[in-house]
Amino acid sequence: MSQIKSLTDLKKKREEIKAGLDVRIKAVDSGNHVQVKVAMATCGIAAGAKSIMEFFVEQFDRRNIPGIVTQTGCMGYCYAEPTVEVKLPGSDPVVFGYVDLKRADQIIEKYIKEGELIDGIIPVNYDTIDSKG
Amino acid sequence: MSKYNMHILVCGGTSCHSSESDAIVCNLRDELEAKGLTDKVQVILTGCFGFCEKGPIVKIMPDNTYYVQVKPEDAQAIIEEHIIKGRKVTRLLFKDPETKEPIADSKQTGLFKKQLRIVLRNCGFINPENIDEYIARDGYMALGKAISEMTPQDVIKIIKDSGQRGRGGAGFPTGLKWEIASKNKSDEKYVVCNADEGDPGAFMDRSVLEGDPHSVLEAMAICGYSIGASKGLIYIRAEYPLAIQRLKVALQQAREYGLLGNNILGTGFSFDISLRYGAGAFVCGEETALIHSMEGLRGEPTIKPPFPAEAGFRGKPTNVNNVETFAAIPVIILKGAEWYSSIGTAKSKGTKVFALAGKINNVGLIEVPMGTTLREVIFEIGGGIRKGKKFKAVQTGGPSGGCLTEKHLDLPIDFDNLVSAGSMMGSGGMIVMDEDDCMVSVAKFYLEFTVEESCGKCSPCRIGNKRLHELLNHITDGKGTMGDIDRLRNMSNVIKDTALCGLGQTSPNPVLSTIDNFMDEYVAHVRDKKCPAGKCKNLMEYFIVAENCVGCTACARVCPVNAISGQRKEVHQINPAVCIKCGACMEKCKFDAIIIR
Repeated sequence: MSQIKSLTDLKKKREEIKAGLDVRIKAVDSGNHVQVKVAMATCGIAAGAKSIMEFFVEQFDRRNIPGIVTQTGCMGYCYAEPTVEVKLPGSDPVVFGYVDLKRADQIIEKYIKEGELIDGIIPVNYDTIDSKG
Repeated sequence: MSKYNMHILVCGGTSCHSSESDAIVCNLRDELEAKGLTDKVQVILTGCFGFCEKGPIVKIMPDNTYYVQVKPEDAQAIIEEHIIKGRKVTRLLFKDPETKEPIADSKQTGLFKKQLRIVLRNCGFINPENIDEYIARDGYMALGKAISEMTPQDVIKIIKDSGQRGRGGAGFPTGLKWEIASKNKSDEKYVVCNADEGDPGAFMDRSVLEGDPHSVLEAMAICGYSIGASKGLIYIRAEYPLAIQRLKVALQQAREYGLLGNNILGTGFSFDISLRYGAGAFVCGEETALIHSMEGLRGEPTIKPPFPAEAGFRGKPTNVNNVETFAAIPVIILKGAEWYSSIGTAKSKGTKVFALAGKINNVGLIEVPMGTTLREVIFEIGGGIRKGKKFKAVQTGGPSGGCLTEKHLDLPIDFDNLVSAGSMMGSGGMIVMDEDDCMVSVAKFYLEFTVEESCGKCSPCRIGNKRLHELLNHITDGKGTMGDIDRLRNMSNVIKDTALCGLGQTSPNPVLSTIDNFMDEYVAHVRDKKCPAGKCKNLMEYFIVAENCVGCTACARVCPVNAISGQRKEVHQINPAVCIKCGACMEKCKFDAIIIR
């Protein structure tokens, strides 16, 4: 990684990364790429998020699903750990709670492949600073 | 891709569930089948929408229509009108409480969204181990702006004007703290992040460090610039290994990009951060004890003044802030003081993260603007009390705070309101209690914690809390007298007035607030020798109701101490002198013949 030498550089870097992300998002939106985020704070991991993450990585590979699986921090839905957010091309992200291996399989087979929602999704119930302006 | 072009989401949260959301789902599915629409429209049971007061909630996608207080018999109208004819069922729409106008699209109202995430803005959104994702979300922009375009005084002014108060518990104004540290002259100063989160039930600091570590690093550098420090220290408890690991990754990435280290962004400002591990002592959340622990000394507090801003780490001016305080700083710098101070109440600005725990349906981490009421937090976002039980109290501020009851539910939460109600903000743990919780035992639980965690330096805390705990034990054992309640109160006040540090000064709060709010429970324990919640083992007696007992002998067989006697098909008896009150018999009895009295 190269050093960032000034505020202008930092802004340039941000635009570069954003452009990169845009490409990724566009790729996701135009192709069949799926983005999966697994909440991996201590509590999520304690609830079994690690094996869920491994499952998604492994199964995407095995079932030939083009997509990106990443970790993220705590989503705040402690009562429903492990939680997983899935973004399908062209649609809003959906959060699934109580994800065990069986449910992870359902997410892949039903939601990712067929676009069918499955019971137990968690509605987004907060605003972020971006939407508040 | 999807064969469905419409989704009907039905809230399956506990509260909506108890108002027949299952039946709504069934009726909707039946109705769809009758109309031959099962392959076009899908009905889904979801988690809690966080608007339980108006439940059950039904949401239609993709047009985002919210229907409230839906009954199973409304299914037909929803399918026939909305799904088939495309007309909204006006009578089921949520009505604006002021204008009484029905609101169709929830996104235009914001009413359904009580939460506003500033501190948690990136938690659960970015990959915490990738600095690029943080930068894409305007990460390090605030630091860049501060050190390239602003003077240290400008930065302090923004923080002061924003009205932010420290999130560690006491609520001291952040800007003022920075100003004092900046004015003290010294060859070296330190910025310390207090990540020694010790309140039972609070875990927001850990979540921020695990989910968005860079926001804290960035804010510490901003603080360093404004007070004239070049070194930062994060004091974190060793029992947070994942947070430590993510911080290490973040530090390394920030250094590689030159966002920490020498001559940051070519401005000549240098700042770096190192980690210090704590052993998890509660008292080390107190800033003087924390500093001593970092110096390698025993984690014991010292009298203030001198405040750390004058003589802190290694005797140098030191500014100590909590994780949550720091995490909001970059946003304040970028969006301005006016924006931040527009959120919250007159004297408490911005948002607060709460960790909801206890007998509440949606246990979780939430962030709401200051001034949100306890009712909104517990019954709307939190989804109400588990198993439909009755709300009794909520403990805020952990072992330093107090219990708030039914009458406080509509109190807007902010620093000052909580103190005047006899509790405190603390770090933001909220433990909800229902009718089955014994308030004397709750006070005892917290006292147990403070007795354990007292560092032992000053006698009021070391000896006083121990005595308080003994008195509470007496009461729950049924040996208390009415004089004990007065003694508890007097001793609590003395400890509050004379203890050395914040730990001792606040440790009697759970006792005082439970006496104030639940005097009747103390009296029941002392005078009637009864525990109304049925929690105190020494105050209860298992008893067999003769009319219900059929003499099946199941209880006698399960009793581990042979306290139950009786012939087959005859009424049994429990010998209270032998009974150990394990409750096994009551669990086993199929005839509700065993009761507690």
